[in-house]
Amino acid sequence: MRLSRPARITLGALTIAVLIVVYVPLFVVLVNSFSTSQSLVWPPPGFTLEWWGTAFQNRGALSALWTSVQVASLATVISLVLGTLVAIALQRHSFFGRQSVSLLVILPIALPGIVTGIALNNAFRTILGLQLGFFTIVVAHATFCIVTVFNNVQARLRRTGTNLEEASADLGAGLWTTFRLVTFPQLRSALFAGGLLAFALSFDEIIVTTFTAGVGTTTLPIWIFQNLFRPNQAPVVNVIAVVLVVVSLVPIYIAQRIAGAERVPK
Amino acid sequence: MTSDAAAPPHQRAGVPVPRETPARRLSVLLSRAPRVRLGLLLTAPLFWLGLVYIAALAALLVTAFWTVDSFTGTVSIEWNLDNIVTVLTGAVYQAVTLRTVGVAILVTIIDIVIALPIAFYMAKVASPRMQRVLVILVLMPLWASYLVKAYAWRSVLSEGGLIDWMVTPFGGNTPGYGLHATVITLAYLWLPYVIMPIYAGLERVPDSLLEASGDLGAKTWRTLRSVVLPLLWPAIIAGSIFSFSLSLGDYITVNIVGGASQMLGNLVYTNVGAANNLPLAAAIALIPIAIMIVYLGLVRRTGALENL
Repeated sequence: MRLSRPARITLGALTIAVLIVVYVPLFVVLVNSFSTSQSLVWPPPGFTLEWWGTAFQNRGALSALWTSVQVASLATVISLVLGTLVAIALQRHSFFGRQSVSLLVILPIALPGIVTGIALNNAFRTILGLQLGFFTIVVAHATFCIVTVFNNVQARLRRTGTNLEEASADLGAGLWTTFRLVTFPQLRSALFAGGLLAFALSFDEIIVTTFTAGVGTTTLPIWIFQNLFRPNQAPVVNVIAVVLVVVSLVPIYIAQRIAGAERVPK
Repeated sequence: MTSDAAAPPHQRAGVPVPRETPARRLSVLLSRAPRVRLGLLLTAPLFWLGLVYIAALAALLVTAFWTVDSFTGTVSIEWNLDNIVTVLTGAVYQAVTLRTVGVAILVTIIDIVIALPIAFYMAKVASPRMQRVLVILVLMPLWASYLVKAYAWRSVLSEGGLIDWMVTPFGGNTPGYGLHATVITLAYLWLPYVIMPIYAGLERVPDSLLEASGDLGAKTWRTLRSVVLPLLWPAIIAGSIFSFSLSLGDYITVNIVGGASQMLGNLVYTNVGAANNLPLAAAIALIPIAIMIVYLGLVRRTGALENL
């Protein structure tokens, strides 16, 4: 199939148009973070750096940010371990119920967040009698983060095949040695990509979090939601959003570099 | 090499004799018993998912059949079908269910229609360098907080906001808040989730197939319809699972830009919180569960679940 020149240009123009629509609201957030107006007036009546100054001294926001980092890190570590285990089990073994296990992994993300949220809320509170807090959030987040790691690792295992692992075993390496020296290096970038997605997913999650956080624990999204409609806090929210987007460039760039370096030439 | 390969490992040249440690013996044992290996691999994840998730879902199902003591406000274990009947026959619940499903379908269709050309451009037209830049550009908005993006749309759509400012010179007005704003915002929020699986799916379609189709005389549309689309179907459905399911359970976006509209999520939320009626909330939550299970069941055979 040869695409004609007009077709290529149309596709390119469409892509650019959609990207513009995608970035305009983010641009509005950026501009509003410098706006003297606290309501949503466009164009902004004046320029100020006040919000950028106060944002970095806002204790509530900073402690919520720290909570979110901790929750997301723990959830990512748990989902890395569990996701890799399931992926190896499903990709390297065939057994009865394999399809069901794969469905089970997908289910927490395939079902709407509100379902996961209320189910876990009910289970933690009514059935197990636990106090909602930091660890119930971690458990909830890890549950729906497993799938991102699982998908990345499974795709990688499918692509690499078993030749190298078999060669390693033939050369006398034990299971652990083979995993450490052969399988793991092949999985490394898939684990990074999956872990990154898991972290992002957990970091930004609000629906399941509202149901599993209780009153004492505030993650960044919960803090944002509490402050979004307060006139003197909304500009600070804009600042935080801008910082997050800019900071997120680093891991995305690294992930892309790794994926690009490993790509087999077509 | 011929005689060497047949010899047991410790007699082959260049391969050191493994030491007989307990770890070594365990490893040998495990490699002879794939079932045990499988069991060890699966124990932790299944324990976690089964105990945390499936048990919680089952408990939710059971809770839907209980009642709340209207006097003390506590959940009492009194088996009845009241909540289910209420949810199935109540006019409010039917209307809200239809509205929510309608919004979810609309959002999904919009996202797929937008994602297809972009994913195609990314995967098949753009240069490798451009491709990498585009992937970053598509993924980056995911890192901006969901709430902030919803709020950004609130500000874009507000009176005196960006759209108002753009269309007022032409005598227009901002469409304002409501169900349409909810659809726009949700479609915006989930777009990257739909683009990425479709892009990955297109990456897996070999260029040689497209060339072969062209060589055999197929025009562009014919190739897209008869070669690309059938191969891409699972990826499209994988993307639709995200946008459909995420829209189905959303109650925050509709709070921010939806005006007075309510979706299923709002009903669940108020019943857990303000109304303190967990059994009724559980019964309402069974609606999206049932819808998603039917949907997943329908698409399972397409192989979409492996493309998520």
